[in-house]
Amino acid sequence: MSEERYIPRNDLNIETMQINLGPSHPTTHGIIQMDLQVAGEDIIEADVIIGYLHRGFEKMCEAHNWNQAVIYTDRLNYVSPLINNVGYHLAVEKLMDIEVPSRGQYVRMVLSEIMRICDHQTALAAAAMELGGFTPFLYLMKGRELWWELLERVVGARVTTSFTRIGGMVADLPDWFAAAAEDILLETANINREVHTLLTRNRIFIDRTRGVGYISPEDAISYGFTGPMLRSCGIEYDVRVAAPYLAYNDIDFEIPILTNCDVYDRFYIRLLEIDQSCRIIKQGLAKLPQGPVNHLDKNISLPPKSEVYGSIEGLMAHFKLLMNDNGVRPEAGEVYHAIEAANGELGYYLVSTGELCPHKCRVRPTCMPFTQALPQMIKQGMIADVVPCFGSINMIGGELDR
Amino acid sequence: MSELLTIPLLQELFGETILESHAHRGDETVIIPPQSLEEVATRLQQDERLRFEFLMDLTAVDYLHLDRPKRFEVVYHFYSLTHNRRLRVKVRVDDGEPVPTLALLWKTADWFERETAEMYGIKFAGHPDPRPLLLYPEFKGYPLRKDYDQRASHPLVESRRKGESA
Amino acid sequence: MFETIASIIKICFIVVCLLLPMAFLLMWAERKESAIMQDRIGANRASVFGIRAWGLISMMADAIKMFVKEDFSPPFANKRLFHFAPFLAMFAVLITFAVIPFGPEWTLLGHTVKLQIADLGVGFLYMFALAPLGIYAIALGAWASNNKYSALGGIRAVGQLISYEVVVGLSLIGLVMVFGTVQLDSIVVQQGDYWFNGWIPKWGVFLQPLGLLLFFPAGFAETKRVPFDLPEGESEIIGFNLEYSGLKFGLFMMSEFIEMVILGALLTTFFFGGWQVPWLFSDGFHFPWGWDFSLPHTAVVLLQVMSFLTKLVFFGWFLQIVRWTLPRFRYDQLIRLCWLYLLPLAVLNVVITGIVILVLQ
Repeated sequence: MSEERYIPRNDLNIETMQINLGPSHPTTHGIIQMDLQVAGEDIIEADVIIGYLHRGFEKMCEAHNWNQAVIYTDRLNYVSPLINNVGYHLAVEKLMDIEVPSRGQYVRMVLSEIMRICDHQTALAAAAMELGGFTPFLYLMKGRELWWELLERVVGARVTTSFTRIGGMVADLPDWFAAAAEDILLETANINREVHTLLTRNRIFIDRTRGVGYISPEDAISYGFTGPMLRSCGIEYDVRVAAPYLAYNDIDFEIPILTNCDVYDRFYIRLLEIDQSCRIIKQGLAKLPQGPVNHLDKNISLPPKSEVYGSIEGLMAHFKLLMNDNGVRPEAGEVYHAIEAANGELGYYLVSTGELCPHKCRVRPTCMPFTQALPQMIKQGMIADVVPCFGSINMIGGELDR
Repeated sequence: MSELLTIPLLQELFGETILESHAHRGDETVIIPPQSLEEVATRLQQDERLRFEFLMDLTAVDYLHLDRPKRFEVVYHFYSLTHNRRLRVKVRVDDGEPVPTLALLWKTADWFERETAEMYGIKFAGHPDPRPLLLYPEFKGYPLRKDYDQRASHPLVESRRKGESA
Repeated sequence: MFETIASIIKICFIVVCLLLPMAFLLMWAERKESAIMQDRIGANRASVFGIRAWGLISMMADAIKMFVKEDFSPPFANKRLFHFAPFLAMFAVLITFAVIPFGPEWTLLGHTVKLQIADLGVGFLYMFALAPLGIYAIALGAWASNNKYSALGGIRAVGQLISYEVVVGLSLIGLVMVFGTVQLDSIVVQQGDYWFNGWIPKWGVFLQPLGLLLFFPAGFAETKRVPFDLPEGESEIIGFNLEYSGLKFGLFMMSEFIEMVILGALLTTFFFGGWQVPWLFSDGFHFPWGWDFSLPHTAVVLLQVMSFLTKLVFFGWFLQIVRWTLPRFRYDQLIRLCWLYLLPLAVLNVVITGIVILVLQ
């Protein structure tokens, strides 16, 4: 079908109606409000109001020591919490100028990629459901559930992972991990295929998403888009390639680029990225080096719990890192460290004054630029277009409002 | 530590405007006075040798009681896609001293500045839409300032009636 | 006297034994079928003495919940219309079924009973006169709720249903021309003829394939189900029934499911031979390859009624499959599909049918 939109004529003196889309609206998940002026179904004006989930992330981090702040990073992007953990600790490690042993880097990378798959699957699932496609939603959620169950067996938690520590991880990956991950990788590929049949080659879905929510590449840069949103505008920028961290340098993978800047491409690029993440996980697990996962310096990395409860040295090391007035004190200074989270560049800006607690722990919210651009995307569209646009930006309230 | 690329160039371009510079852990940082922020930012965005297209992040830090020349630092993180470089630009201001807005150069600065303004009470002169972003309109105080009590609580606000928008 | 009693029994049979159980069954099937399609188990928690009956008990629990839920009406609503609308919706769908034949003439104790509530001379027109009452129900309910979202839903519903009503009507005109009657009963009887020495039954689907292709999406749009669920569109505008709760919401939902039954019944009647079973004649089976089975009259009638019900169930199942596969249209696309694609094709179908009939004469 051609996409010639009916545009309301100005000389008709149309009286607009104000509609509050959210916060209590099925699409907005209770965390965002869209103040729309509509003429019939056409959106004339749009304003986005956020802050419903603001809980003072930075203030809380400033009140806790460097090791404790990780639990707040779980709650930022609660769909891919482990990437936030990794990002935070990479920033702290950069501030302290230390590096995790290479096995630790691989483990972090593999877990991050698993989280990226989960995040993309959730974003796609939500977008599909809000367009009325409930079946692909459940296929994708089932796929995510497989990964989350695997992670739960490793990490012990589903959402509040807090799996990384300064100088490493809580624990190494168990022996069975590679084999279990292999099965789920196959299943993920299957689900991707099913989603392609149900959605990306579906005429109704294409009509609903092609050309909708257009943002020009120039605007995308001006708004500070990163991640899949930017790459669907034809701009090649991925932190994993631009400034490789962890072990991404040793891995062979591609960065998918699409050029239509619309909802369909944002949807499609996430599917392509899931495939690439699968490749990274496969290679990462195959290349997983032997050795410790944690930094060996007892003054930096926490001892494993078995040693804490089993030996006096372990207990002392634990106390020296966690008891009152003890702990990691990075040298005074400031760093900004960016990693590629599922939604784009996730940057942590940390300021240390040589104290126990961060003087400043700022996180660059990846989905804030997208949400800011939302009014521009939905203006001149219809009310029904809000839904795919909003689904495609994958707004995560925890990260947006902090 | 990698070689410094941007700071020498900036010093050459702006001379005395660059008050200080450092590269702690490889993050190139320059400090400039607030009145020259607009000029520097425009050059950063448009000069072929710089080409910092992205304003990645914008925030502020409160250095209360820390013996700094001024209380606040407004921190801008720029990224250049063309040259794959990062740059941190800082502006030092005192309480009540305005900082020029960058919202006309980068659209993303709009929300970031709104957030910084409500959290630190820093004024961004010429900002097109100076409403609070994350906090509700009745909120009193600037929560991320160091003299704001971490345990402070706020009363519930009356629900707004029709016509009283936020 | 006998006629009146027979009519009352037929109405009771249709409403109590056919429509409501079918709608109930469809709701259950919707849960179970969607569950199967989506690798889930589906509702199965409610039980009576440990018997779960594959989720049927859950359905009953749901029905009870519907009845006893608080009947809330918003403070600024137009109370009278607000309460009236769901009943009108239910009435409109129930009354449409009156002209649909669900079985042949049945000779019982010397009386001949037509298995159809009302064999109206205008059968077909009656249906199109009364079915749009449902639109009023939705529009009234949506407007009376005094809610912007439900008002939008109501506007969408009116636009969508009126547009597709035209296509539904026009797509059947060809069929009416072929059979030369608007009486549904006689249409079904005529579909008992055969072509090619009795090999292929003369069903509407073979006579009017384009008509079927047009009628199916248009009829589907009339049921307001995904992908045509714009009046509801629960992730966009939540729907015309946003302010309804409890039994009144239940009535709207029930009427939607009964609409599905009716769509199935219309598809069966117009295109798939109604109650006809291929090669079953009034005295038994006569297969074209020479086999014959004689059957008593009552058995034939029962078989034919069963055939009608089986076809209904099949279409119910098919509609569910479509519903759980496709995403939703956008409003302008939906209207464009109707007026720019389906309607011209429907007119074309009428013209072609006319020419063919003229040539064959």
